[in-house]
Amino acid sequence: MDSDTAVVPHGVETHHTLKHHFENAEQQKDASTVGMWVFLVTEIMFFGGLFLAYFAYRQAYPAAFASASNKTNLWIGAVNTTVLICSSLTMALGVNAAALGKRGLLILFLVLTLLLGSVFLGVKAYEYHDKWVHHEVPGEHFECEGCTDAGHASLFFSLYFGMTGLHATHMIVGAGILLVLIFQAYKGKFTPEWHTPIELFGLYWHFVDIVWIFLFPLLYLIDRSGPGAS
Amino acid sequence: MSWLLTEDHKRIALLYLIVVTIFFGIGGMFAVFIRLQLSEPTGAMFDSNTYNKMFTMHGIVMVFFFLLPSIPATLGNFLIPLMIGAKDLAFPRINLLSWYIYIVGGLFTFYVLLSGGVDTGWTFYTPFSSSYSNGYVIAAGLGIFINGFSGILTGLNFIVTIHRMRAPGMTWFRMPLFVWAHYATSMIMILGTPVIAVTLFLLVLERGLHIGFFDPAYGGDPVLFQHLFWFYSHPAVYIMILPSMGVVTEIISTFSSKKPFGYTFIAFSSVAIAVFGFLVWGHHLFVSSQSVYAGMVFSVLSYIVAIPSAIKVFNWTATMYKGQVRLTTPMLYGIGFIGLFTVGGLTGLFLACLGMDVHLTDTYFVIAHFHYVMVGGAIMGYLGGLHFWWPKMFGKMYPAGWSKVSAIIIFVGFNLTFFPQFLLGYMGMPRRYAAYPVEFQTLNVLSSAGASILGLGYLIPLVYFMWSLKYGPPAPANPWGASGLEWKTASPPPTQNFEITPVVTTDAYEYSTEEVVEVG
Repeated sequence: MDSDTAVVPHGVETHHTLKHHFENAEQQKDASTVGMWVFLVTEIMFFGGLFLAYFAYRQAYPAAFASASNKTNLWIGAVNTTVLICSSLTMALGVNAAALGKRGLLILFLVLTLLLGSVFLGVKAYEYHDKWVHHEVPGEHFECEGCTDAGHASLFFSLYFGMTGLHATHMIVGAGILLVLIFQAYKGKFTPEWHTPIELFGLYWHFVDIVWIFLFPLLYLIDRSGPGAS
Repeated sequence: MSWLLTEDHKRIALLYLIVVTIFFGIGGMFAVFIRLQLSEPTGAMFDSNTYNKMFTMHGIVMVFFFLLPSIPATLGNFLIPLMIGAKDLAFPRINLLSWYIYIVGGLFTFYVLLSGGVDTGWTFYTPFSSSYSNGYVIAAGLGIFINGFSGILTGLNFIVTIHRMRAPGMTWFRMPLFVWAHYATSMIMILGTPVIAVTLFLLVLERGLHIGFFDPAYGGDPVLFQHLFWFYSHPAVYIMILPSMGVVTEIISTFSSKKPFGYTFIAFSSVAIAVFGFLVWGHHLFVSSQSVYAGMVFSVLSYIVAIPSAIKVFNWTATMYKGQVRLTTPMLYGIGFIGLFTVGGLTGLFLACLGMDVHLTDTYFVIAHFHYVMVGGAIMGYLGGLHFWWPKMFGKMYPAGWSKVSAIIIFVGFNLTFFPQFLLGYMGMPRRYAAYPVEFQTLNVLSSAGASILGLGYLIPLVYFMWSLKYGPPAPANPWGASGLEWKTASPPPTQNFEITPVVTTDAYEYSTEEVVEVG
């Protein structure tokens, strides 16, 4: 980032990525890490509004939610969950590779994470398309064949699209950042002493993953063992 | 150009100051229209639809684009690093980014203004906003949604800065109480703002794409919107008042030349207000089909907020007691704040009372109450802070005589504007109406007359502050005999804030025993 890095002798305290307003590299890394955690707190509150709406309406209209939930495709959802968990694994391995200074492995794991994330988004797009074709998108043309209380079943689908849509937006942003990180890793920007962006992005990616871990049972698994189960 | 790409917290604070002042002017213009309309009972100036847009734009601009960023983004941004002995905020680039996000959100609001406005009230209640209103709800909602991220990033930056950037020896309990107040404010910003953002996003989805969440026509429940809206918007009131309380603490202590009475109580009362602030939103829903049981719980919790607020008022008064009180301009604002905030706070107790509130809901009593807190509290604190730190920010003094006169004009004008509204509300005049019965006219004319005095009071500082930039005498490093670290560096401070990073060895508010030189 700074162009005058060459004049600074190499050492832990005076690493070339140290910004002028920090006393030392440790303070800089600390600040970034705390910043990321605080950001994730704001993200929890951001999703929190939707989760609150979900719980309020599911409490009020349990039958509508159960029958509408069975309209989701259990197998596609389960496979996608597995894909996403695997991407968290590759991301964690990537952070490890960065800490060990293994550039090739770091790039490999970042690319794998990007690929798995893209698979997830592709599958999600297919699911959305399927819902569109079956008129399960809320709005004028909404239909819910065989749903109990179709009037409130549309709320389930509003929340389905709101929650998975916000989640997918986070995945898309994550994929964009991954592209930048892969490029920077290719340029050899990260060292065992300084690879904060990789670590912090790892936190973000795991957070997005955890959100899905909540979304999957709440949206797909409400009533799979009950009488309406498919 | 170097200003638009600056990463220096002091310059970003001044960028904020300019835009915040512009929005204050716009919001104030709508207030003028409202008071003109209400100066006679038939409401002949605007038709009801136009009037609806006037008070909506007044609310949106003043709440989201003036009051919320006013003190934190200008004074907080400028002073927090100086007060804790840091070179800058933890994330200077994110600080600049939050200013640009604020600008983009503001442009959306400008677009709404120019294309015809919104008529939903600043509260955007569904289903009117999502299905029936003819205004530009989507653009207004997106503007506030975007602007929210500016506040979130500012709060995040403050929290990390206060945790990680303090100078050696600057322990938590050596920090000025202004910094404590901003820490509590930042907590609300990061926990509350995301919720209003997602709520308005859902509103936009419902209005734009008919993906229903709140409209009963789509199976939704409008009261859920009110819960989500007030979960943020009640704590948002504390985003406005807490920084102001921080400012007043600094002013009262400095001009009494005395340590604030009960440092830890003031510090923790800020945090307590932030925490309790999240548990009282239901008092906005006393008549919105909320259960009586929930109403009682929210009523009791709302009363509890009075405790930390009262602690502060008593501690400020006790700080002045037997201090060497100097009635400078900032001190006039500080004392004015204590009086007006006390009235605003005590009338809040009327509204927290379940039975009383049913009578007073949606009347001018509510309007008067929250203007006493937001204008009498937040804006008095903001102007007091601006007068206190203006010499530090620009290195120039402003005329003491004019500034004292305008402080008194503002105090008088404010009370004349809003005190009659308590009476109007108590007699039953509803808010948001473009016309009213003749018997309310006297008090309404008084209120409009007060507003013109108040407006004049706000114009005078604008003139002499501009004047001082060019002609004001240069300010010394510490014109007031104040104690904080920000007064130990030059006025205005150099880019790096301090020549050498200061090492702190004493508590905050250690006043030297020498005679203080009177400048203001």
